[in-house]
Amino acid sequence: MVKKNYIRPLDLKNGRIDMGHGAGGRAAAQLIEELFVAAFDNPYLRQGDDSASFALPVGARMVMATDGHVVSPLFFPGGDIGCLSVHGTLNDVAMSGAQPLYLAASFILEEGFPLAELKRIVNSMAAAAREAGVPVITGDTKVVERGKGDGVFISTTGVGVVAPGVDISGINARPGDVVLLSGTIGDHGVAIMSKRESLEFETTIQSDTAALHTLVAAMLQAAPGGVRVLRDPTRGGLATTLNEIAGQSGVGMVLEEASIPVLPQVDAACELLGLDPLYVANEGKLIAICSPESADALLLAMRAHPLGAQAVRIGTVTEDPHHFVQMNTRFGGRRVVDWLSGEQLPRIC
Amino acid sequence: MKYIDEFRDGDIARKIAERLAEEVDPDKNYSFMEFCGGHTHAISRYGVAELLPPNVRMVHGPGCPVCVLPIGRIDLAIQLALERNVIVCTYGDTMRVPASNGLSLVKAKARGGDIRMVYSGSDALTIARQNPEREVVFFAIGFETTTPPTALIIRDAQREGLANFTVLCCHVLTPSAITHILESPEVRQYGTVPIDGFIGPAHVSIVIGSGPYEHFSEEYRKPVVIAGFEPLDVMQAVLMLVRQVNEGRCEVENEFSRAVDRDGNLSAQALVSEVFELRTSFEWRGLGEVPYSALKIRPAFAQFDAERRFELAYRPVADNKACECGAILRGVKKPTDCKIFGTVCTPENPVGSCMVSSEGACAAHYSYGRFRDIAIVAEAS
Repeated sequence: MVKKNYIRPLDLKNGRIDMGHGAGGRAAAQLIEELFVAAFDNPYLRQGDDSASFALPVGARMVMATDGHVVSPLFFPGGDIGCLSVHGTLNDVAMSGAQPLYLAASFILEEGFPLAELKRIVNSMAAAAREAGVPVITGDTKVVERGKGDGVFISTTGVGVVAPGVDISGINARPGDVVLLSGTIGDHGVAIMSKRESLEFETTIQSDTAALHTLVAAMLQAAPGGVRVLRDPTRGGLATTLNEIAGQSGVGMVLEEASIPVLPQVDAACELLGLDPLYVANEGKLIAICSPESADALLLAMRAHPLGAQAVRIGTVTEDPHHFVQMNTRFGGRRVVDWLSGEQLPRIC
Repeated sequence: MKYIDEFRDGDIARKIAERLAEEVDPDKNYSFMEFCGGHTHAISRYGVAELLPPNVRMVHGPGCPVCVLPIGRIDLAIQLALERNVIVCTYGDTMRVPASNGLSLVKAKARGGDIRMVYSGSDALTIARQNPEREVVFFAIGFETTTPPTALIIRDAQREGLANFTVLCCHVLTPSAITHILESPEVRQYGTVPIDGFIGPAHVSIVIGSGPYEHFSEEYRKPVVIAGFEPLDVMQAVLMLVRQVNEGRCEVENEFSRAVDRDGNLSAQALVSEVFELRTSFEWRGLGEVPYSALKIRPAFAQFDAERRFELAYRPVADNKACECGAILRGVKKPTDCKIFGTVCTPENPVGSCMVSSEGACAAHYSYGRFRDIAIVAEAS
């Protein structure tokens, strides 16, 4: 006998996304209720509105960032598209020196996508948001026909507030400043590559995907006013990010190759695949450009944080009308570290 | 990284640099051509040029596989993808080589061509097995290094009776290219390209051995030092070349003895001659038609020859007029001698093939070495 008011729940084990889940009817409502609200659970979402409203400290300077995630494969060593979509946006907000407060998430699902996988992704996202202390307070779901998407794409938007007096931007680097890096480079890109169809190789490398806002907060506390630029070197890697900053600030840079940390496994994989770790993506590392006086204090603070334990000084900012990022090679020569040209590897985040 | 770091050691580099500085004759200029793009890349990426004495000049050779691919060959691959609905598989750098009508394989892909980048020819074979209803063509390029793997997949395809797999063979031969350069009027007659010796190929020589170069040292009186692709290999090879020049010797020496012997890999050579035969002539970008400089698939394997299966007719296409790739590939000009270097022609929008691969002379100089040009430009103005 069927109970009164019983509605058959979503088949989260064997079910699949169908067009109905995006049609705005009962099926869509059920998906939102049983999957998304259940996982992200917070008062804003439970209210059931199409938007979320929240109050901010009076006069606060707000920061907003948005990021689309199309990584392939969806699950990779050390993470998945879910936690990546939280970390990616939180880090973009944090790199302005802000404390991230809220997230919004938008899902584009492909017809036929297994609900069990979607649940895994959403749970991973919810866990990442909880760990970061930043709730997902509003969202949207759309479904596209089979063959028109690649399983799932996730866009997230984050807002945060910047404390008074904090002025961090890519335009702030000055000649004489010091370039710091929070840890090893290339882990994320190589972890993704190791799972790529036609490329698969055995490795112990894990993606470094992580939310960096607590590291940023520790740095700002250690050297208030000393940090001029923060940036997470994602696509295009360390090399491209430094070139962006050099262009924005109208300066040059000189790096010391020997000081840039690369895991031996990452180094070996890059050697094998003909890649340069300087151009391979990271999802849990940051570059800080700071005044020379504050460099030591910052390094100490970074190394005291689990996400900055291997922080190092990798170079200095120079005066250069051509905005070249140059590097003294371990070999004893010097070369340009240019922008990434073309694509080294598509769809890594 | 074991077996790699040892060959990138800065201390040893400085010692070789000191020895070089002591041994070069200050009244002499030394010009050495590194044939391979692998050497060009190592020289640029590690800043080797900075460690060489000022009177030692490295001339970049034509040994970058994608650089020497003529437009007409890329056009054939694009035609297969766009007009014949074929899955075209090829190595990464080939994707961006400029072809006719402003296209490249990457751009043809954006127009709907099913073009896939593979790391190895056997991946193309796998794609053919997985798509029995589609024709799959492996666009095979490269020197003797990549030829044996192509021979292997053709033989495998025959053994399996794979009906939907063919190879568009563009494999070229190193010794004929070196002969062509040495026979060119710039080197023989006018002396506009002074070449005092060659750094011989690393990986190519693993396959063909050091024997084939003996002809160059004897016939053309040019020293050859076969060298590995690590920066210390290059430094050591330059030192060995300087010594040969100073002592008036013209020999084939082998710096890369950890991998190369006189005979090379005999089973790879046997496999290659089982599957391929010489073309009487082949067009190279920059060098033009070079006799007996490339391979085609033997009649016994005709069913795996894309040129036969799709009845492709080769049509030569002239390079962009402003592009100096031809002269650069022959060592006649430097990348910075080209008017469009770094302005119209950049790695993002390559006009010529030398700007495509990081092994190409222009891309290597643009990506790694162009800060050196600034002072010169400033002085000139």
